[in-house]
Amino acid sequence: MGEVILEMKGIVKSFPGVLALNGAGLHVRRGEVTALLGENGAGKSTLMKILTGVYKKDSGQILYEGNEVEFSNSRQASEAGIAIIHQELNLIPHLRIYENVFLGRELTKSGGLDIKAMVERTRELLGRINVQLDPTREVKGLSIAMQQMVEIAKALSLNAKVIVMDEPTDTLPEEEVNSLFGIVEELKKQEKGIVYITHRLGEVFRICDRATVLRDGELVAELPVGELDYDGLVRMMVGRQLTEQFPYTESRVDGEVVLRVSHLSNEFVHDVSFDLKRGQVLGISGLAGAGRTELAKTIYGALPVDSGSVEVLGKRVSITSPTAAIRHGIFYVSEDRKGDGLVLSLDVKSNITLSGLRKITRHGSLDLRAENLICTAYKADLQIRTPSLTQLVRNLSGGNQQKIALAKGLMSDPQVLILDEPTRGIDVGAKKEIYTLINALKESGKAILLISSEMPEILGLSDHILVMHEGRVRGQFARGDATQEKIMATIV
Amino acid sequence: MKTKQLGRLANEYRAVIILIVFTVTLGVINPRFLHVGNVTNVLNQTSINALLAAGLTIVILTGGIDISVGSILAFTGATAAILMSHDVNVVLVVLLALLIGVVAGGFNGLFISRWNLQPMIVTLATLSIFRGATYLITNGSPVSVRSSLFRTIGGGKIFGVVPVPVVIMIVLFAVGHYVLTRTPFGRHIYAVGGNEEAAFLSGVSVTKTKLKAYVLSGALAAIAGLILTSRLASAQPLAGQGYELDAIAAAVIGGTSLKGGQGRILFTIIGALIIGMLNNALNLMDVSSYYQTVIKGLVILAAVLLDARSK
Repeated sequence: MGEVILEMKGIVKSFPGVLALNGAGLHVRRGEVTALLGENGAGKSTLMKILTGVYKKDSGQILYEGNEVEFSNSRQASEAGIAIIHQELNLIPHLRIYENVFLGRELTKSGGLDIKAMVERTRELLGRINVQLDPTREVKGLSIAMQQMVEIAKALSLNAKVIVMDEPTDTLPEEEVNSLFGIVEELKKQEKGIVYITHRLGEVFRICDRATVLRDGELVAELPVGELDYDGLVRMMVGRQLTEQFPYTESRVDGEVVLRVSHLSNEFVHDVSFDLKRGQVLGISGLAGAGRTELAKTIYGALPVDSGSVEVLGKRVSITSPTAAIRHGIFYVSEDRKGDGLVLSLDVKSNITLSGLRKITRHGSLDLRAENLICTAYKADLQIRTPSLTQLVRNLSGGNQQKIALAKGLMSDPQVLILDEPTRGIDVGAKKEIYTLINALKESGKAILLISSEMPEILGLSDHILVMHEGRVRGQFARGDATQEKIMATIV
Repeated sequence: MKTKQLGRLANEYRAVIILIVFTVTLGVINPRFLHVGNVTNVLNQTSINALLAAGLTIVILTGGIDISVGSILAFTGATAAILMSHDVNVVLVVLLALLIGVVAGGFNGLFISRWNLQPMIVTLATLSIFRGATYLITNGSPVSVRSSLFRTIGGGKIFGVVPVPVVIMIVLFAVGHYVLTRTPFGRHIYAVGGNEEAAFLSGVSVTKTKLKAYVLSGALAAIAGLILTSRLASAQPLAGQGYELDAIAAAVIGGTSLKGGQGRILFTIIGALIIGMLNNALNLMDVSSYYQTVIKGLVILAAVLLDARSK
């Protein structure tokens, strides 16, 4: 316990045009959980990719079990006992649990697969982390939490001594987070060294023993959690004091109903009704799978309506595609910016203008100068950090990508903005910027539907909160009445 | 850092670099290659493939493919020849041929965009349908064209020097470049190919964009069909067979990614020129056509490899 098993020192790594790491490092101790913290762009992901052999460092040292090592590919790293559980899980849905665990390293006997051995070993591994799952069932259909358990079992099967977990609770509903923490405690008891990457600072105090903070590619601090407090941590990550987590502004009294949804129903939502007023933030809370995104996409025309109606400014509308929704002044900012929110292969300006090309088209052709002006303005207003407007969006950090997705929405001149998990996977500093933006939009008269799994966020920003469960609205709260417990109670 | 930037620039424009290297090498090996007559010849030969490749570039950019272009080329050429043999006015014939190309492309586009069928399968089917239709209307025999006006399309020369097909090629590529880089439709194409779901949620009509792409491919195939029929002064039932491969090769050598969303149409013309030059050079060197086929395949493989490794 407490012995250093992995040390990364003075790691330097640069890519064309950007110095990603400039003296970064960390220590991992057996039986301890080290949080790896930092804003987006601080270098956490790059550092881990160097550790697991995906990237090659320019300089610096990696000492593993006392020896200097350098992995040229991820296979070498995993064979040495360093496993990483990614944010995007790497399981194959139609294969069984034991097949996934032993993928590429199947056990054989006399020329054929030794299925019995693999199933038994998988059962044993799952048992070690107190997970009751049948090793012979398919991965498809498992909840995200269970899938993560399978990934952990896989890591254990590799005799991993160091396990890196990248944002493990990001897509987990509240109740599953506790099971995950239970597993982490188990792994600690088994003397594994764990690197825990997260943006949820609260978790650091719950489950981690030490915190390693990176900022702008440099190692800023490595401290036992006992010596830290929340504000101190934030200050180290951001380099400046962040006051007021959730800037809240009063909603305008001008209560014109901009969007009225009545008894909306289809395969995913059932009998949903609500009013959204100008200058109001309506929060939609609920567990993953409650149907919030589906509700948003149904209003937006991306999913079909079976019954019920949508009225915009008092007029009943039939929205059968996002194109129509945008025309009626509704815009949906996706929860999955890489998946369906942005076109990663295109540059910043092409992404920002994609829903508002009308505005820069004269006589059938694009006015490139107008495009530049508009995009420069958005870049300044939203504080989008990018070397240039022609930078490819895939090269930017999550926070900046999110701002670009927002800019695209704003350029379509919406009256109703539906924001789905707008701060997922984004660092504290950028989060604050987005909250400020949401308030500014609210003050300027926009009506905002805010879908979020982060309770503090919903409670802090909303004027009114809807709680959804299994496609239905289970409860409503005005701002003053709502608490995390009350919301949870509505769902149970 | 400067060398790295130079390296990336070189990679982006590698098609141009390959073209220059090619030209110089071939010119050195065989000076006959650089004679005005031969150059004009190469450009002329390339024009047909270039036009097909242009259409393919647009379609590939949306993440699709069109292997029916060779058959559309044949069908429109055959229709044109037959109409002219019944003394239909040449101008009208040209317009009708274009219309047929548009309808054929639209047919492809309908199944692909509206009913979401796989482009490879749909165009594989229409490849057969249009080829069969060509046999039917020509009865399996070539149809001669006597109109000298029509023959200027493929054989005429502007100012006595520049062949008409070359002019057509340059004009259409310029228009294509403009459309892809300076119009909303162009942005839609790149968005749909880059991330179809994101384009959809951004309000782009994915259906309309894809439909238009296939219509353009069909239209360009029709123009290519008119040029070929004009040059040969006859419509051949087997015209254009296998042309889709050269067209795809030109697009890929020019850097268009088969995944969609990446590529520039001006580089496609370079890809077409490289293939055209390769054909021409191999002919001048008296290489047997069997070897030529192998060599061409190797070149395409090398191009795709370079493309993959550059990422």
